[in-house]
Amino acid sequence: MPSAMRVLVVLGALLATCPALAANGDHRGGTLRITADAGAGTIDPQINYFSEMIQVQVVVYDGLTAFSKHPGEASNHPVADLADALPEPQDGGRTYVFHLRDGIRFSDGRAVTVDDVVASFRRIFKVHAPSSGSFYAGIVGASDCLKDAEHCTLPGVQGDAAARTVTFHLTAPDAEFLDKLAFPHAYVLPADTPPHDLGNDPAPGTGPYRFVSYDSNRGMVLDRNPFFHEWNAEAQPDGYVDRIEYSFGLDDEAEVTAVENGQFDTLYDNVPLDRYGEIGDRYTDQVHIEDVFALYYLAMNVNLPPFNNLKARQAVNYAVNRRAMQTFYGGEGAASIACQYIPAGLPGHVPYCPYSRGADNAHPVEHWAAPDLARARQLVAESGTEGQHVTLVVPNRAVEIAMGTNLQNMLRAIGYDADVKPIAFAIQFNYIQNSSNKVQISLTDWFADFARPSNFVSALYGCGNFHPGSDSSPNVSGYCTPALEDVMNRAMSESLADPARGDALWAQADRMLSADAPGAPLIQIKKIDLVSKRLGHYTATNLYHMLFSQVWVR
Amino acid sequence: MSGGGDLLPAGPATGGLAASDAVARGPVAPGPWRVAGQALLRNPSAVTSMAVLLLLVLLSLLAPAYARYVAHTDPFMSDVAATVSLHGEEVPVMQPNHNRLHLGLTPIGPTWNPRADLLGADNQGRDVAARLLYGGRNSLLISFCAAILCIALAAMVGICAGFFGGVTDMLLSRLMDIMWAIPVYLFAISLSIVSVSQGLHLGPVTIRSDSLLLPIVIIALVYVPYAARPVRGRVLSLRRAEFVTAARCLGVPRRRILLRDILPNVSTTLIVLAPLVMALALLAESALSFLSIGVQAPAASWGTLIEDGTGLIYTRPAVAIAPGIAIVVTVLALNILGDGLRDALDVRETSRGRS
Repeated sequence: MPSAMRVLVVLGALLATCPALAANGDHRGGTLRITADAGAGTIDPQINYFSEMIQVQVVVYDGLTAFSKHPGEASNHPVADLADALPEPQDGGRTYVFHLRDGIRFSDGRAVTVDDVVASFRRIFKVHAPSSGSFYAGIVGASDCLKDAEHCTLPGVQGDAAARTVTFHLTAPDAEFLDKLAFPHAYVLPADTPPHDLGNDPAPGTGPYRFVSYDSNRGMVLDRNPFFHEWNAEAQPDGYVDRIEYSFGLDDEAEVTAVENGQFDTLYDNVPLDRYGEIGDRYTDQVHIEDVFALYYLAMNVNLPPFNNLKARQAVNYAVNRRAMQTFYGGEGAASIACQYIPAGLPGHVPYCPYSRGADNAHPVEHWAAPDLARARQLVAESGTEGQHVTLVVPNRAVEIAMGTNLQNMLRAIGYDADVKPIAFAIQFNYIQNSSNKVQISLTDWFADFARPSNFVSALYGCGNFHPGSDSSPNVSGYCTPALEDVMNRAMSESLADPARGDALWAQADRMLSADAPGAPLIQIKKIDLVSKRLGHYTATNLYHMLFSQVWVR
Repeated sequence: MSGGGDLLPAGPATGGLAASDAVARGPVAPGPWRVAGQALLRNPSAVTSMAVLLLLVLLSLLAPAYARYVAHTDPFMSDVAATVSLHGEEVPVMQPNHNRLHLGLTPIGPTWNPRADLLGADNQGRDVAARLLYGGRNSLLISFCAAILCIALAAMVGICAGFFGGVTDMLLSRLMDIMWAIPVYLFAISLSIVSVSQGLHLGPVTIRSDSLLLPIVIIALVYVPYAARPVRGRVLSLRRAEFVTAARCLGVPRRRILLRDILPNVSTTLIVLAPLVMALALLAESALSFLSIGVQAPAASWGTLIEDGTGLIYTRPAVAIAPGIAIVVTVLALNILGDGLRDALDVRETSRGRS
């Protein structure tokens, strides 16, 4: 091609892209206003385990890896973030060497160093991060850190400041290690971050936004991180809005009205059931329904009567009306019925339901059809637990209270003396995790930390995630069996070399859980986002839902 | 003096004039209670309020029959898959919204057909009309029992404080002052939260958290100062009355004076207070139940029904409005009845009217 022609082509291409650039540039600026019923507790990214806070922290902090910020299936996979590339595992999957990017600064101006990375991983144990015993327990030295957090040295994480490398040594191959590094608890913080819960005092981050203020009762404000530059748009793209204001205090009904009226741009909480018709009719263009990996389930305490009895747990699984739960969440458009522990869409999910009318563990069906109350009553009678008092703990939001009323009816119908105890949403999950509270049965939801089956099997039913007397014990049921541990460990190690074999083992773990019934999966939900008329470029990922950095308000 | 035993005429305010009348007109003259009854029946507002209250009580008592034989429903059982027969068609109680996003289900609204969710269904698919009647049973029972208990306690406190005076009066009056200084609803909510979470354990006696006794006792307690103060005032004036002084001079035991002279003369005050306290108790019960610390699910009261309806206020307002109307009508009827009773039993006012 002649050089003049080349120049013309380049100029033409530039001109063609200019309107798009200009358009995107026009959308830069403004304030994104978000509302939620209540705050999400501590601002410490290595402790907080609520999706409400995680959704914000995603645009404030970075780890060595991050889940892709591209929408759809792509967002299930980790990409390099503070590391300049995803390393290949060495030593049969036991060693990973990351090279740290150069030129990245925290929002206070300090450069990110290898020491920050190493210190951040030690801090995970020093602050007793909820995932320390599960996600990061496979790092060499983690077991000592779990026993003696104060003197944690974590020899399995070694930094080389000159080479800008961080080397991880694992006790066993872990096919999910890169996913775990992308989880918020592994965000990199300055090395001098205090080794205790930060409460309301934010630590500097590396993302496009920084915290300006946080009051767990009133709200939070974020503005642009002046030291941010885009190094990998897939891992951490620059943001459009200049400022994010998050307000707490309105109830869910008022939140919907405020968004409809344009006083806020979106709400965190679920849209109440009675407003679905209205938003579906009148605000169709402002509603976004996204698939997410999230379950509502009943957690039954296997260490307390009556659910320390297998037949009692199976009875609940037979009796629960999953269709009613779907109705309370908003019907078929908002949720699908779940009968197993691994949600649809994740590896290892093989349709399987032994707890439906006309089915049992020997003759499972693929999809749940109806509850079997007669079978449930029979199992309760056989268990000898009939007439026992049962308290169901639910979050105090309208949807969960409606579900709780139905579940109370169900428990009474199968022979228990049941009552419902609603607890403030902000503390309910911590409350039910703590075995000292002696919660017999609870209703809760669980959103995936990463798109792997282990996050629903190992995280919720693994021995490593049961910490008696702690508020950070995601294994709410207190379930721990060597047989399931063995299958999970094999699945974890074999997935690295043979993903198909790994998936089959996860499916086996799913069926083992179904047989032992420490929980009762109810529905797999979708995320329903109502946004204001002015909000554009709605972007969501499977794990973090709406990406606040990618929406427009101008 | 009170030689007349249950003769109300012994009292100066009510009976004095009536007794004189009885003597003057001979044995055929009606007694004071009859006079009061006749005066009450001549008051059309009071009669209407009594009729309304009677109707509400009857309807509430008929709740099981309505649910079983008319609506054919279990108003305490959540059933979102239920259908009702309407115009020859089976209609789902939880109706899908026909919006483009297929989002949400809305419970059926009022059909005005007693056999098919007359006032519609709540978000559990339960018949609102049947629950309204069952709710009335609990609301009326709790407010009635709380009023009786409150009046009984107030009578004891007020009579003891007014009659014995001195240290007893000071202690009881200050106790009432302290209780009355705490906002009634705040007081009731505090007591309810403590008791509803774990029930109440008083030595060998345990009251379960879902027992109706809890709201009855709590509501009665918080309104004792309201009723005890006028009783004390009335006893203070009676204590100095001639017939009480005469009884004392004659050596009549204090217990006998209390039971035969003071109590009968305070009874009119108590009777006038009863419907007013019941109205207050009904409002307090509704508030506590609305806050989920009164009547416990799945049992219903008008307060819990309003709470059920708050989530449906935009789409099915009848769920909250129907119990709201029931509360307003009942409280209005009780207040009008209280006014009527005061007019009928307040002889001073009656005598002024006659003169």
